Amino acid sequence: MQTLNLTTNVRNINGYSVIDFEGEVNGFAEKMLMDAYQQASQNNAKVIIFNFDKLEYLNSSGIGLLVTILIRAQRQNQRLLACGLSEHYREIFTLTRLDEAIGIYDTESDAITSISM
Amino acid sequence: MTNPTPETPHTDAGWAKPVDTLSVKDAPSEAINLNVEGRHLSGLVHGFGQMWQKTYRVNLSGASVTPQEVIKTWKENFPKYWPEGNNLYVPLTGIQTGEVGLINLTAPGGLKLSTGIMVIYTDDVSFSFMTPEGHMFAGMLTFSAYEEDEVTTVQIQALIRASDPIYELSFRLGFGHKSEDQFWHSTLENLATEFGVQGQVQQENELIDPRMQWNEVNNVWRNAGVRSALYAPVAAVKNLLRPA
Repeated sequence: MQTLNLTTNVRNINGYSVIDFEGEVNGFAEKMLMDAYQQASQNNAKVIIFNFDKLEYLNSSGIGLLVTILIRAQRQNQRLLACGLSEHYREIFTLTRLDEAIGIYDTESDAITSISM
Repeated sequence: MTNPTPETPHTDAGWAKPVDTLSVKDAPSEAINLNVEGRHLSGLVHGFGQMWQKTYRVNLSGASVTPQEVIKTWKENFPKYWPEGNNLYVPLTGIQTGEVGLINLTAPGGLKLSTGIMVIYTDDVSFSFMTPEGHMFAGMLTFSAYEEDEVTTVQIQALIRASDPIYELSFRLGFGHKSEDQFWHSTLENLATEFGVQGQVQQENELIDPRMQWNEVNNVWRNAGVRSALYAPVAAVKNLLRPA
């Protein structure tokens, strides 16, 4: 079944932005993810936090999309952080070695704290 | 543009567990087992060269087959559809999550290039490989099928960087890309033939990152092509000594 079952919410805060994910990150989420990234970059954010508290599913195409956003962010000298990942999805970030390029934090407040450190 | 792969509802059982290093199980005696055992996965953010997203696609117009049936057949017989002279040694059960496969490719000049893959993700309509250090590419390949307008389409999508400067040079000179493209075109044509279709493969390339990652230049020491070439005389002697 081919479906888009994802919503994103972007919060622009002083100097950084948070993208909340709710639902499934898969190949059909490309436009939504790229739009969210654009919106998150609008305030010249130097840090973008992916909040995965409400992530329900992530497949390999979804991981590919996160990689392309990571590359865009790196080219804009932005840092990407992630929070709210379950143990299972942390393992996927480890498997794909994305954790070496995206800072992983338990909670959004942990991620925000790390920005000023 | 990312071409959507069909999504499964929602078992998370499809992902492999992280591994420190790769281990090849039960490699057949005729396989050259180099450049995989003990290696790390190259990962999606390592690699030296420009990052490309290459998408190869063929429509199975006229074939009465679902995406699930295509993927099942592909998983069970994956190496069968590769161009002649190239082998992927995987367990008899076919492509399964977490398996490490040994690849022996025929390179120009007849050299047997030994490398491998790990199956990092599978579901009933797709599966994905990641490559080990030393492979031509650092990155991920996703094989999938989906239905559009009642026609099943089969797709290979590679999100890759050349692993080191030698491979990157081959891509800049064109023959690296040409060889890679021919390989996957042939694979999709062979798969389409399995379902009675003379498929016309379509291809899209997108340059995701034009920069090179100079901090990965030392990957060249693990170059599977160079190491396979150095091993070639040993392999020749082993072949001579192998019982008939």
